[in-house]
Amino acid sequence: MNILKHAKGFWSSIVLAIVFGVVMQFLITGEIINFFYVNTLYFIGINIILAASLHLIIGITGQFSIGHAGFLAVGAYASAIITMKLELPFSLSLLAGGVAAAIAGLIIGIPTLRLKGDYLAIATLGFGEIVRIVFLNIEYVGGASGMTVTQLTTWPWLFGSILLTLIVIRNFTNSTHGRACISVRENEIAADAMGINTTYYKVVAFAIGAFFAGVAGALYAHNFFIIQPTNFGFLKSFDILIFVVLGGLGSLSGAVLSAILLTIISTFLQSYPELRMIIYSLVLIMMMLYRPQGLMGTRELTSFFKFGKSAKRGINS
Amino acid sequence: MEFLQQLVNGVSLGSIYALIALGYTMVYGIVKLINFAHGDVFMVGAFIGFYSITILDLGFFPSLLISMVVCAILGVLIERIAYKPLRNATRIAALITAIGVSLLIEYGVIYVRGAQPEAYPGDLIPATSLDFLGVKVSSQSLLILGTSVVLMILLQFIVHKTKIGKAMRAVSHDMDAARLMGINVNNTISATFAIGSALAGAAGVAFGMYYTKIEPLMGIIPGLKAFVAAVLGGIGIIPGAMVGGLLLGVIESLVSAAGFSLWRDGVAFVVLILILIFRPAGLFGKNVREKV
Repeated sequence: MNILKHAKGFWSSIVLAIVFGVVMQFLITGEIINFFYVNTLYFIGINIILAASLHLIIGITGQFSIGHAGFLAVGAYASAIITMKLELPFSLSLLAGGVAAAIAGLIIGIPTLRLKGDYLAIATLGFGEIVRIVFLNIEYVGGASGMTVTQLTTWPWLFGSILLTLIVIRNFTNSTHGRACISVRENEIAADAMGINTTYYKVVAFAIGAFFAGVAGALYAHNFFIIQPTNFGFLKSFDILIFVVLGGLGSLSGAVLSAILLTIISTFLQSYPELRMIIYSLVLIMMMLYRPQGLMGTRELTSFFKFGKSAKRGINS
Repeated sequence: MEFLQQLVNGVSLGSIYALIALGYTMVYGIVKLINFAHGDVFMVGAFIGFYSITILDLGFFPSLLISMVVCAILGVLIERIAYKPLRNATRIAALITAIGVSLLIEYGVIYVRGAQPEAYPGDLIPATSLDFLGVKVSSQSLLILGTSVVLMILLQFIVHKTKIGKAMRAVSHDMDAARLMGINVNNTISATFAIGSALAGAAGVAFGMYYTKIEPLMGIIPGLKAFVAAVLGGIGIIPGAMVGGLLLGVIESLVSAAGFSLWRDGVAFVVLILILIFRPAGLFGKNVREKV
């Protein structure tokens, strides 16, 4: 019975989401909302995918990775090569971006995920920098001047990718694998003692997170006309990190909400980039000092609506 | 001879890295925190040095002293305001705060004075160079090397021969036991931040002298590389940071000499990942078994 109820909630939220997507599509093609807002909407969408993918690595599996822009870069360049150099369709380039980033995630994840905490953070940061420097030195993709890309990202592709990302990450979290990942986050030694192959689950979570970051990279590359190695520096990784930290480590809806909120804020602060970074950094510090669990903690948005119901179920069963 | 020349350049660069790495390693040894803001303290040091040379019209050594003092105060302020309330929080919370402080200093400086770079005055010390077995050693390199060596010896003296050094070693060994023995842990930690930040300030002035160009975001990359140097030598170990810094400087110079100067920034991170995979405790570190 419980499973059916869960399934019902799941399908109804998907139907709601699809209705929202179709309505937005009509609003965009009918040119009812202006170009500036459409652009912001695309930005929000890409950031949602990035936030959700990093949430899987940091929030669920507890592996503190601060080189996420590296995967974004791999996805962006791989997809741009597919469409611009090989002239293959956009759908293939989305997939290629994701797969390339997932492979990069495996390559970097297998050796470095044996490290813990601070060391892992620094190793992933180093990886992000290496990726940037590698693209800076490859003439095939334009070196420092970057690569021009035609605009191919459309709302249906973007919305489909967001939906897919959220569904996969949500269902992964609620599966056996997701539970194993959460146990790694809570206490790695205890999880190991219970017979969970911690390295395997860490690498899997890392690769899935990298895959979606790569998809986001493909969408990003085909939205901005040009990609340059400087777009994927250290600060981009922090931008993504702050979504996850602000939303609450371990809350998918928190990550999505803070991605929406911060993207809107930073769009309005676009003419004052320094001020934006000062506000970001103050938010980070204040958050850690006064509410280290983030806005939502590990709770999801749905748990607020279901509060009464779940309490009743607790008594009955 | 080309090889020797690059070795000399590498040692000058490496001594700057070593000065920054010492601050990282001391702070990590005592509070187990990667102080991301350390690279930015280094940047502030470079700017304080620049302003005391150009506006106050001081020489190299007085500017160095002023910059060290200001950075020491800045380091203590950062520790008291941002890190002290988090001493019992999770490691990730502390790390995120450190990242926040780093961004705040960088963009605070940009907000106050703009992002434009400044050029260090080149005529501060007579620009002569020594010829030694066909290797040209500029007076600047000598000055930088001399300053770092003196500061490192001073640091060794403080850590091993003075009361505060003894307290620092005790706190890094076991904070609770040190507190039970009547050591003022808070003051000891502040002193560690002060000394580490003063060294970063000195490194900032030396960096300005050596590269002549300074800008508000200059602290990020040298900061990260100095961290790599600290990990290379074994984090928490003071001689390790010195050796790691020098080694990294030499490696970088040799890579640029081999014609891969664009890859220079990447080499440090490759070194980092290799050392983390094959010898995570660092060159001088001992393996510590994990206890449950």
